[in-house]
Amino acid sequence: MSSLSYLDALEAESIHIFRETAAAFERPVMLYSIGKDSSVLLHLLRKAFYPAKPPMPLLHVDTTWKFREMIAFRDQVAAAGDVEVLVHINEEGVRQGVSPLTHGSAVHTDVMKTAALKQALDKYGFDAAIGGARRDEEKSRAKERVFSFRNAQHRWDPKHQRPELWHTYNTQIRKGESVRVFPLSNWTEMDVWHYIRREQIPVVPLYFAKPRPVVERDGALIMVDDERFILREGERVEMRDVRFRTLGCYPLTGAVASAADTLDKIIDEMAASRSSERQGRVIDHDASASMERKKQEGYF
Amino acid sequence: MAMTEHTAATVQNSTNLLRFITCGSVDDGKSTLLGRLLYDAGMVPEDQLAALARDSRKLHTDSPDALDFSLLTDGLDAERQQGITIDVAYRYFHTPRRNFIVADCPGHEQYTRNMATGASNTQLAVVLVDARKGLLPQTRRHTYICALMGIRQVVLAVNKMDLVDHREDIYAAIAHEYRELAAQLGIGSVHCLPVVAPAGDNVGERSARMSWYRGPCLLELLEAADTAATQAVEFRMPVQWVNRPDASFRGYAGTISGGRVAVGSEIVVQPAMRRARVERIVTADGDLAHATAGQAVTLTLDREVDVSRGDVIADAARPAPVADQFAAHVLWMGDEPLLPNRAYWLKIGSRTVNARVTTIKHKVDVNTQAELAARRLELNEVGYCNIDLDHAIAFESYVDDRTLGGFILIDRQTNATVGCGMLDFALRRAANVHWQHTDLDKEARSASKGQQARCLWFTGLSGAGKSTVANLVERRLHALGYHTYMLDGDNLRHGLNKDLGFTPEARVENVRRVAEVAHLMVDAGLIVLVCVISPFQSERRFARHLFDQGEFLEVFVDTPLAECERRDPKGLYRKARAGEIVNFTGIDSPYEAPERAELHLHTSGLRPEQLAEQVVEQLLAGMTEHGHRA
Repeated sequence: MSSLSYLDALEAESIHIFRETAAAFERPVMLYSIGKDSSVLLHLLRKAFYPAKPPMPLLHVDTTWKFREMIAFRDQVAAAGDVEVLVHINEEGVRQGVSPLTHGSAVHTDVMKTAALKQALDKYGFDAAIGGARRDEEKSRAKERVFSFRNAQHRWDPKHQRPELWHTYNTQIRKGESVRVFPLSNWTEMDVWHYIRREQIPVVPLYFAKPRPVVERDGALIMVDDERFILREGERVEMRDVRFRTLGCYPLTGAVASAADTLDKIIDEMAASRSSERQGRVIDHDASASMERKKQEGYF
Repeated sequence: MAMTEHTAATVQNSTNLLRFITCGSVDDGKSTLLGRLLYDAGMVPEDQLAALARDSRKLHTDSPDALDFSLLTDGLDAERQQGITIDVAYRYFHTPRRNFIVADCPGHEQYTRNMATGASNTQLAVVLVDARKGLLPQTRRHTYICALMGIRQVVLAVNKMDLVDHREDIYAAIAHEYRELAAQLGIGSVHCLPVVAPAGDNVGERSARMSWYRGPCLLELLEAADTAATQAVEFRMPVQWVNRPDASFRGYAGTISGGRVAVGSEIVVQPAMRRARVERIVTADGDLAHATAGQAVTLTLDREVDVSRGDVIADAARPAPVADQFAAHVLWMGDEPLLPNRAYWLKIGSRTVNARVTTIKHKVDVNTQAELAARRLELNEVGYCNIDLDHAIAFESYVDDRTLGGFILIDRQTNATVGCGMLDFALRRAANVHWQHTDLDKEARSASKGQQARCLWFTGLSGAGKSTVANLVERRLHALGYHTYMLDGDNLRHGLNKDLGFTPEARVENVRRVAEVAHLMVDAGLIVLVCVISPFQSERRFARHLFDQGEFLEVFVDTPLAECERRDPKGLYRKARAGEIVNFTGIDSPYEAPERAELHLHTSGLRPEQLAEQVVEQLLAGMTEHGHRA
């Protein structure tokens, strides 16, 4: 083999970033959100340090509103035993009864995701947090660095980002400061699926179509995943063939009507698709440029 | 894990990836062109298109139906408000033939550093020019930076052709002028084409309105461009991580930056030059028999050698050169200027060392490429510099290998990335003595004394009154709370310089030693008063060049020879006239009077106290003028 395939090149670049993080930081962590990007990240984490075990733990920030199948999948990953899985819940938020159904997506995300993440990073003293964000996901992510500096308050300053040249990453920080690291920066959604298929990486079954109980709400198909769901007047639960393109908190994540129940069919469906990945995410629509504001505040 | 056949995008398994940048001046229409390119390539999903139509209507109430393609790429809030692109944004798209990663680069002059960032990983640049304006200083600047960053292919898109009535002569004149510019700057491949970005003429399809242009459209040019990376031909791998899961395994993980390695290859670990053979090439998918540039692998060796992060494993027969002093181009990205002799961290490959720029040979006017004298580099300036490291490193010339030839400079206080550099060649010095780097610098030391370090260099004939005036100046400064030291030529000849006579050679050496000692004391943060006859221009010039701008004040104590001889406080003139002393300045050895001393003291008719006051005044005025650095 004299030259690399496109996927091989992406894989090598990501492995390079993982190794750089492990070598340059004292206490790195990989943020694990259970979705397909996290599955790819975990696969790359294992590859990067083989035959050693991954030299960093995983951290799952549990909002308590994830799909049950996601939690089951996470617990399976933890049971594999080669990597430590830390779970953090914002107990203060739980005590206040913060819920996406009653408090709305903005408050829920702020308390149970953004604040919770900061709590966990501070609690364990992590100085580098690896995440699965891709630049193709959303406009403000397109300008994100691979090694993205955060001050001691976890804030991102888009106007004072460090120039990032070649693959020569500036990993210098002071005590209390941290970086977010994005090994999948240059991957697209399509690349992720092609890679999952090539490497036969397990993903949460919710990505595959099957009959699921859903209600139509504000133009989105919301799955009724447990008894906490509150039906509004006129809403009716029906079984429909759906799958998810992206996974988050179940009341905030829209399903798409689909018959794609295999990886091949998912990839075919995506190639023909004319809508973008985060369309199913309710939080992105709250206000224009909402993601950028969340990121400045410390959201991943 | 076997590769499966892909049903959809056939590009997934090809090596066909082109990384390119778009650059041009503010308002040339870069974001619009890129947005249009994404649209024409079918990369804008329906929901984004709907949002685009909505946003376009909101922003352009005069033409509610037109799509503003720039909104697809101008991501940040601040950019939308200001209507400019302020940072590099990366975009991804593909055609059936090829995958593309685009760095959308800003046109604003103060964001040159972002352009360099975008250019660093790319093989091609799309440079935009407004047909109405032609080439602007920024066009030349951007092209120069592309060339500096190693880009050898440019597509010139002459945009807004509709606003010049699609005239071929206007296009041809711009294209001709640009080809000359690119050739001057060493860019080998230039394609020019006329476009109208919002309407899509010659973007994704050839334009019907400009039939005089018969070449390919932009997308076709991008699909045909050369994608070869700039990397070493011989095997090179910077070690990122030493993999030691247990006592039985010790592997060296890294990404191969050049060439090819096979099991059994003889390698050398640089810079220490320890030799070994490759035993295994380990990956999670199984061991490989050989591996090539771009692959992230883990190597084990057939014997125990000391290998750490930052070392380079290289082909033993053709290793990389090793050096600690270089000539390099530096593009400065810091808000505070680059100062010679200040210490920075330098990261190259996986190695971080201490570095200082010893000399700025010249800076380059990025608009004209003229070479200008410089004592410092400001934000966005490019200089050709000598660089000195505290450890030797394995390297390549940047034109041959971006990984082992490109480096970043990091500020040791703020940790900001303040510069990037492209290594040219190693400097070989007769005496290979390294600079020992220290954590504190002159600024820190002088700041703790609440002052700015200075060297006051008193020159003049023997008996002119140098020591008398300097002594009064020092007393006055001391009373004001400044930290000082006086170096008197006569006193130094009792110790440091007692081996030296008064021949011209000995005088040169005498002044050199005094200047170096003064330089050390200024580095310690002191205000140093030097009193030496220092009769020769060239030695005073040597002394001056050791110091930063504004730090060295030459004080010419101008007393006529006859007056000195009349005073003759040490009886030396008498002895010289009697022939008891030879090589005496003013008698049988020349004194070259300064032409541009900072202070010229005409001593006749003034008391030493008055002269000293002049010196103190000028010194303190200069300090306020330059101000204290926060």
